[in-house]
Amino acid sequence: MKSVTKAYRPISWPMKGAGGETGTWRGHRPVVNSQICTKCQFCWVYCPEAVIDRYEITIDYRYCKGCGVCAAECPTGAISMEKEE
Amino acid sequence: MTTSIKKLPDTEQVLSGNGACGGCPATMALRMVGKALGTNAIMLLTPACSVASMGMTPKLGYNWPCINICFATAGASASGITHAIEIMKEKGRLQGELPTVFSWVGDGGTYDIGFQALSAAAERNENIIHFCYNNEAYSNTGVQRSGATPRGSFTTTTPTGKVQPKKNMPMLMLEHNIPYVATATVAYPGDLYDKVVKAKNISGMKYIEILAPCYLGWQFDMADTVQMSRMAVRSGAWLLWEAENGKISFNSPSSHIINGKRDADPVNEYVMKQGRFNRLLNGADAARRIAEIQGDVDREIAFMRERAKIMI
Ligand SMILES: Cc1ncc(C[n+]2csc(CCOP(=O)(O)OP(=O)(O)O)c2C)c(N)n1
Ligand code: SF4
Ligand code: SF4
Ligand code: SF4
Ligand SMILES: [Mg+2]
Repeated sequence: MKSVTKAYRPISWPMKGAGGETGTWRGHRPVVNSQICTKCQFCWVYCPEAVIDRYEITIDYRYCKGCGVCAAECPTGAISMEKEE
Repeated sequence: MTTSIKKLPDTEQVLSGNGACGGCPATMALRMVGKALGTNAIMLLTPACSVASMGMTPKLGYNWPCINICFATAGASASGITHAIEIMKEKGRLQGELPTVFSWVGDGGTYDIGFQALSAAAERNENIIHFCYNNEAYSNTGVQRSGATPRGSFTTTTPTGKVQPKKNMPMLMLEHNIPYVATATVAYPGDLYDKVVKAKNISGMKYIEILAPCYLGWQFDMADTVQMSRMAVRSGAWLLWEAENGKISFNSPSSHIINGKRDADPVNEYVMKQGRFNRLLNGADAARRIAEIQGDVDREIAFMRERAKIMI
């Protein structure tokens, strides 16, 4: 087999944050009220950014873009969108 | 039974902090595709939002080997990659389960620009999955009309509303006599997941089209992305179906609309929630325009209901 020279290597590698620190895009921050949350995982399945931990229902704010889909889809109203400072 | 949310695998092939807009339906859909395909796959992309969403070199927002190809070539390039893989296996240079080769292409790259090569790949029954994530316009370049844009919709190239109805692309693919065709959308993740798992295990050409309501092109609040997808299905503007070896079956809730157990919601509410339609629906002919949009939806439902009865 031919040796893989630099020219054949991919130019990019899978990594988080390929679009930068996307948490800085946020206008509103989703905040989970764990008292109300039933851990149904709806927010997890619809979050486009894969930033919700499906078991803990905690959010990685470093990358969460604040789209509000999780809050809109939560059947119990456990997620509120709070304005960022 | 559709796979429930809690049974979906943990695998994440779409990595956090990618370049997509917040609330992006294409990314949402690709996450589910990733859960179904797993890591052993090769992804091809034609110019589109999902390419911009990959982020900036040297980082890549998807956890697959990704190949960015020319706009018209998804069908041809994916065919070439599968052939190469098969030959490598023959020569003993690849062992184990072969990777799934899939294209992830917008409606522009599927309905219009990539149609010829895609049609040719389908006719040859190449062993690939072609995904069309359909946001009903050329979104990445600022929302121009495509063959998937519905009648009455504003785009930058149809400022007074598109005159022609959209074409039925999944049906055109079915008429290539390929083993698997399916439609899906982001509000029904289990349905999408199951269809991709099925496609992965069928050899030959597979076509899966996913309606992807894009807040930017359709002009609604981004938090409503999933809601918009659900409304498209409930109004019958988008039908969920699949066809194995040419035999069409409808999936819930579209099946209930088709068999008459449930009336489709009138398109009004769906249409009026989107700026791309409602900005043109203020004048005297608003009622006529809505009737026209409703007419297109009704025709499509009636056509698909009858077409599904043909089972030769
Ligand atoms: C041959 C060629 N023509 C035009 C373009 C410019 N272009 C880049 S992305 C894009 C829009 C693609 O639309 P679609 O396939 O629907 O994907 P979307 O952007 O909507 O996700 C266009 C026109 C290009 N890159 N190559
Ligand atoms: S959708 Fe709401 S109730 Fe369900 S897990 Fe998320 S926060 Fe909890
Ligand atoms: S706001 Fe959007 S990106 Fe952030 S956790 Fe909710 S769905 Fe995910
Ligand atoms: S324009 Fe639409 S499809 Fe494109 S990245 Fe943004 S939300 Fe996604
Ligand atoms: Mg598009």
